[in-house]
Amino acid sequence: MAEAKAPSIVSRALNAAWLRPFLFLIFIVVAWDLAIRLFRIPAYQIPSPGDVLAVLWTDWPELLRQAWPTTYATICGFALSALFGIPVAMLIAGSKTVESYVYPLLVFSQSVPKIAIAPLFVVWFGFGIIPKVISAFLLGFFPVVVSAVQGFKSVDPDMVDLARAMQGSRFQVFRAVNLPHAMPAIFSGLKVSVTLAVVGAVVGEFVGSNSGIGYVLQRSIGTFDLPTMFAALVILALLGVVLFWIVDRIEKLVIPWHVSQREDIIFAS
Amino acid sequence: MIPATKPTTTDQPGAHLRLVSDRSAGAAPGITLSGVSKTYRSRDGDVPSLKPLDFHINEGEFFVVVGPSGCGKSTLLKMISGLLAPSTGKILVDGEQVTKPHGNVGIVFQNALLLPWRNILSNVMLPIDMKRLPRQEYLLRAKALLKLVGLEGFEKKLPWQLSGGMQQRASICRALVHDPKIMLMDEPFGALDAMTREKMNVELMRIQRETGKTVLLITHSIPEAVFLADRVLVMTERPGAIAAIYDVPLPRPRSLDSMADPAFTELVQRIRKHFFTQSALD
Repeated sequence: MAEAKAPSIVSRALNAAWLRPFLFLIFIVVAWDLAIRLFRIPAYQIPSPGDVLAVLWTDWPELLRQAWPTTYATICGFALSALFGIPVAMLIAGSKTVESYVYPLLVFSQSVPKIAIAPLFVVWFGFGIIPKVISAFLLGFFPVVVSAVQGFKSVDPDMVDLARAMQGSRFQVFRAVNLPHAMPAIFSGLKVSVTLAVVGAVVGEFVGSNSGIGYVLQRSIGTFDLPTMFAALVILALLGVVLFWIVDRIEKLVIPWHVSQREDIIFAS
Repeated sequence: MIPATKPTTTDQPGAHLRLVSDRSAGAAPGITLSGVSKTYRSRDGDVPSLKPLDFHINEGEFFVVVGPSGCGKSTLLKMISGLLAPSTGKILVDGEQVTKPHGNVGIVFQNALLLPWRNILSNVMLPIDMKRLPRQEYLLRAKALLKLVGLEGFEKKLPWQLSGGMQQRASICRALVHDPKIMLMDEPFGALDAMTREKMNVELMRIQRETGKTVLLITHSIPEAVFLADRVLVMTERPGAIAAIYDVPLPRPRSLDSMADPAFTELVQRIRKHFFTQSALD
């Protein structure tokens, strides 16, 4: 920023990076409102932004109360994805035998539409939180595994040889070389996973639940209450953004050395 | 086997700067290969990589291997470090047969292979961590080595903040920090530009003189080989075998001017002839 010119507070604020998506969002909302007015789209097809905001304003406590079970299910499902996904990826990357048995099946299992089998979890586990968590886990699991496998496999074999030639044990070499090397890939998987986990939780709520944003969505569609439905979508989007942002922050803490984070280092030093 | 041009370390200038501990007087110091060959098993049958090799590298000798790519030079290096078992024959390091990684080597590859999440000092300390040696003792040694290669003040920098030549110097420090007897270098300067490369050659020769290590260096460059070596081993194309071993008659210490020596050009010429009938070096 050119300090000499002393730009006004307004122009500096407009240039702030965090503000740009909000400006774009405002643009979209205005365009949305204009489109409804110009093309006379009836309210039962697309509600106006004002109506959605009104619902958000008045039903805020209720929406927040419903957002909690969804958030909880998402976080549990996401945590399970990471907890199982990373070790599974370690096994797949570490052993050709495991890979040949497990990996094709894993890919195959991804082709099964989760929405189609979600009712099954309700049959098995009832209407509680468990079907949602499982559904979130199933959606979030795969991206973690795929990215982590790629991360573990992309280690330079010479680097591993070098550490092994220094008489490092398998575990030592893994901890010093393979695991840190795979971290950037693991985090890119986790970021995809966390947003998919939100989707998974909502799918779980669609098929069998009496709470959560997914439940609100379904109920409002049933009653043609479009403003509420859109308000629920806004809440879901916010949930996804916040969770993504948290994972992104953790990534910056864990791998400050990575190419994608280097700018920060330069500014810091 | 013809003995090399006596690469004694004690009577050389700078010997008082040696960073090595005094060696125990063991049997047959140096590296001995007897009948060492390597054949890789693949789905299409056995692929011979190295024909049986017999040679001896003296302690403190600068031994350079030249050969076309794919002649099994890297295999040779892995076998001496104990990462790979030979198909036949025996490798002895100071009279002891190599069966598993023995940690008595420092390795430098073409790429510096520094861990990007560790700073330069802690990269150099990697062998100490792997071998579970006392950190405090070796920390001073690591710093002394970084000073030796002119990287003082860069200890806390991350690898990407250094140029390619500086990174490679750090990786040389890493190969020396645990005080191994042997340095194995696989085309260590192949990725550097020609000017940096010459500078690094001079520097490596100085480091070798000051530390008295046995060096086995693999290269594609014949002038580099002759410039650095006490002896040069010329390898044939795959499967690799010994074409010849030459003593380098150039006196030490050498400088870049040594390359103008008629003996230098003559030997380069002679070695180059080995590859006339074969496909070009790359």
